[in-house]
Order: sequence, then C-alpha cells, then structure tokens
Amino acid sequence: MLRSAHAPRRGALARKEARQALGFASPALVGLAAFTIVPVGLSIVMSFFHWPTFGERYPNGVDNYIRLFTNSPDFWPALRNSFVYALLYVPINVILALALAMGLGPRIRGRAALRVLFFIPVVTPIVANVLVWKMLLQPQGLFNGISLSVFGYQLPNFLADPQWAMIMVVVMSVWQGLGYNMLIFSAALEQLPETVVEAALIDGAYGFRMTWNIVLPMISPSLFFATVMTMISALQVFAQPQLLTGGGPGNATQPLVQFIYNQGFKFQNLGLAAAAAWILFAVIIAITALQFKAQKRWVHYEH
Amino acid sequence: MSTETITPRAQEAGSAAAPRKQGRLGLILRHVTIYLAAAIFVLPLVYAFFSALKPNTEMFSMPPRLIGSEVKWSNFAEVFKFGPFLTYIGNSLFVAVAGTLVVLFVSATAGYAFGRMRWKGRDAVFIAFLATLMVPAEVTVIPMFQMMQWFGWVDTFRSLIFPFAFGAFGTFLMRQFFRGIPFELEEAAKVDGAGTIRTFVTIILPLAKSALAVLAVFTFLGFWNSYLWPLIVTVDYNAHGTLPVGLATFSTQQGTRWDLQMAATIISMVPTTLLVIVLQKHLIKGIAMAGLGGR
Repeated sequence: MLRSAHAPRRGALARKEARQALGFASPALVGLAAFTIVPVGLSIVMSFFHWPTFGERYPNGVDNYIRLFTNSPDFWPALRNSFVYALLYVPINVILALALAMGLGPRIRGRAALRVLFFIPVVTPIVANVLVWKMLLQPQGLFNGISLSVFGYQLPNFLADPQWAMIMVVVMSVWQGLGYNMLIFSAALEQLPETVVEAALIDGAYGFRMTWNIVLPMISPSLFFATVMTMISALQVFAQPQLLTGGGPGNATQPLVQFIYNQGFKFQNLGLAAAAAWILFAVIIAITALQFKAQKRWVHYEH
Repeated sequence: MSTETITPRAQEAGSAAAPRKQGRLGLILRHVTIYLAAAIFVLPLVYAFFSALKPNTEMFSMPPRLIGSEVKWSNFAEVFKFGPFLTYIGNSLFVAVAGTLVVLFVSATAGYAFGRMRWKGRDAVFIAFLATLMVPAEVTVIPMFQMMQWFGWVDTFRSLIFPFAFGAFGTFLMRQFFRGIPFELEEAAKVDGAGTIRTFVTIILPLAKSALAVLAVFTFLGFWNSYLWPLIVTVDYNAHGTLPVGLATFSTQQGTRWDLQMAATIISMVPTTLLVIVLQKHLIKGIAMAGLGGR
C-alpha cells in the first residue's frame, strides 16, 4: 500500500530533480558547446580548407598538413624549438622548484614571506615580466653592464645570438614559473610526517640518500602531476619568445604557438594555422600519454 | 620535536650530540643559501623599480647605476600622459571582474548539478565535460577568431569576456567541493520546505565561500594577465586594449621609452602582487587543491 503510493511520487520527484539539474547545468553546457565544442569542430573543418581571413575559401583536403611538413620553412624549426624549450624548461623548473620547496622547511625564518616572494612573478602579468628581462638583457643592460664594469668582460649579445636567445627565453621562463611548482611541492611536503624532511636534510650524506629513497617517492604523485602540467604549459609557450626575441634571431626561438599565431594573424592563413594547432594538440597528447605510461616506473601511490 | 625522531638514527651514527650541532650549522647554511637565492631572484624586480625612476637617457648607463642623476617619480605620472594607460587598466579591470563573475555563476550552478543532484547521464556528461580540459586554447583561438568575425564581436568587450569563461575547470573545482558537504544539511532544508534554488543560495553557496574565493582569485588572475587572445581579438587599443597588450605600446617607431616602459610595468605588477600578499592563504590552498589532485 505504502509502496504503491510512494512509487509514482518518487518518479515525479526524480523527474523534477532532473529538470532542475538541467536548468542548473545549462549555462555551463550552452557555453561549453558554443565556445569549445563548436570551435573544435570548426577547427577540424578549417584545417581541411584553404581559409584566408579575407577572400575565397575552398576545401583543399589534406593540403594544409602536407604543406606544413614539406613546404613551410618555419614549421620544422618551430617544432624543434618547442621541444628544445620544453626539454630545458621542464627539468630546470621542476628541480629548482623542488629544491626551493625542500629548502623552505618549517624551520626557516620568514618562510611565508619568502614563499610569497618566489610566487610573485607567477601572478604578475607575463608581459610585464618579459619586458623587465628584455631591459636586463640589452647589450647595455644590467647583466652585461656589471660584467663589463666589474670584470671587464664583454658578455655575448644574448638576444641576438641564436643559442643564447633560446637559453635566455628558458631562464626568463623558469624565473617566472618557478613559484607555482614550488607551492605544489610545499603542499605535498607538508602532508609528510613533519620530521621526515627535516631529518633528511639535516643529516648530510645520510640525508641525501634519505631524500632520494624516502621523501621523493613519497611526494612522487605531486612530482608527476607537476611534470605533466609543466610540460603541457611549456609546449604552449608564446608570450616569452614573442616579446623577448620576437621568435628570432631568424626563427631560432620561434615555438609552435608563435608559428600558429604568425600563420593565422600575420599571414592571414587560418586554415594552415588550424592544421598546425592540431599538430600541436597531437604532440601534447602523445607526450602526456608517454608520461602516463612511464609513471608506473617511478610514481608511488599510497593505496 | 624533531630531535626525538633523529635520536634513533643519531645513536646509529655514533653520538647523540653530533647531529644536533650539525643541524644548527646546517640550518644557518640553509638560511644563507635561501636568502641568497631570494636576493638573486628578486633582483630583476628591484632593478626594474629603480629603473622606472631614472631619466630615459640614463637607463643604460655604463657602469650601471641603481639610482640616476635624479629620482623621477614623475615617470609614473608621465605613463598616463604618454598613452591611454588608464583606459588599459580600466578595461582590464572591467573584463577581469565581469569574466570572474560569469565563471563563478556558471561553475557554481553546474558544479551543483554535477555534484549534488541526481539525473540520468550525469556522469557521462561530466566525463565529456572534463575531456574538454585537454584541448589547448591554441586549437580554439583560430576558429574562435573566425566566429567572433561572424558574430561581429571583434574588438568588443564581449569577445574578451565570454569565449574563455566556460571552461570545465571551474565546474570541476566546485563539483569536488560540493561533494564534500554533508547531505543532511540539504535534507534538513528540504524538510523545512525550501526549494532547490533556495537551498542552493542559502545553504550551499555560503558553505562554499572558500572554494569560490579560490576560483575567483585564479580566474581574475587569468583574465588580468591574458595576452594571446586579447592580442588577436583587439584592433583598437584606445577603446578595448587591456593592460598586457597596452604594456607593449611603449615601443614605437621612434624607439622604446624604457623609463616609461618600466614605470608602466611596475604599475601593472602592483595590483596582482598586493592580491597575492593579501590572499596568500587562498592561493596556497588553491594550488594545494590542484596539486594534490594528482594523488
């Protein structure tokens, strides 16, 4: 009796809840459809079209992709630059951030203030950060100025030399991005039994082995997370080379995203830019998948 | 304290006093190293600040000097006369605040639907939702620019606010948080006759203040610092230029006004730096939430 009286009501309630849930989710669903799903679909279409910003569009099959690999002088260098940048940036960033997080243990005075200090460039506009470094790296800037006046040694013209330009893009980026991973590692270290890190660091050589054998495996999930995320962001680098070197000298520091930007908005070839963006996506997916595959070897989860 | 846990190993090493002494020396060394690193780290910012106070002709003096022949605080005022810098700041503020409000509204409502309401297909839709997080912005900016042209949105505030206000991250964050709230609270409100919307507004949202704060801070910073998209979609900087694109306008055909460039740079750094100092707890919590999500 009771059951039969309740059953339809429960159904009506469930329907009502489902209706309300749809209402609650609809702004997000509509927005995501309009500004993510549709653009992704459109991007696929565009990559198979000759699609100038202005002028006639027509489908051209896989021509854009073929042109990228065979007839686009900046594409391979851009791909190489993105890899070089990521392979330098990610390990340096992660290692320095980890060292800082471990160094800034609970017994360091002014720990909170130092953390904020290292975090500041993460939140200040990246354009502002780059402009500061651009000033420092000028031939008459602070670095060469100190070297010349103190040591009488002329430093290379950092932003005009292909190799140095890339190194400086990396150095500047590490300076700016370090604080984020530092905080991630700090949070992970604080989850450890308090004494483990301290003891590991105090005991010198013994401590190094302990760090290597105990602390690092214990925070390896966070290390993994940070490495994956930092790698993804490294492959998307744009503002630093764009503003520091303009991608130059030549195309020595032009990464893939800047290539996409130039093709799309300087040369008005949106179809080619869309195709290059899909290559970038494929690269990101492949490298991330590789990292997930490799994690079994070094990441230890607690359950 | 920590000495107690060291003791067993200290005995193993020979004496109980040795590691303590070593510990103190090590601690001093650590302070020296860390503060040295901090000094090197902060040098670019300090030098930029002092450079903003120099006359333009002394920006690259040799040997470099921290303070020029005069201290020109007037550079900071000059920035606002050189170009529409105040407009850039105002535009950035407007776009960042409006964008943050949109993100908070969308994320809170959707997070509630995904986290606390039961409906068919919820989990499947949520996974599809999350999958969109993998798509890098570079894939969407090209077609988005085309769409903005079709909508007639190029060079409007709409195009700066909406296209990147519907990402799945906020919804994900809010959903995770909502799931942690005990269900009894909601049941009690329902028994008292409160409808879903009232329960959401009066019970759930106040409890979610800290998560909303974290989301707000990160969203605001994201909009405030955004560079690639404004660069693409803004044509008339005098009308719709934001701070990051405006900062690069001190380089002209006649060369770069480095003094003003540095003054403008310092000005642009102040609000976010203050935000970090004031909200450091929220920021650290937010990053911990994201970072420990890897577990």
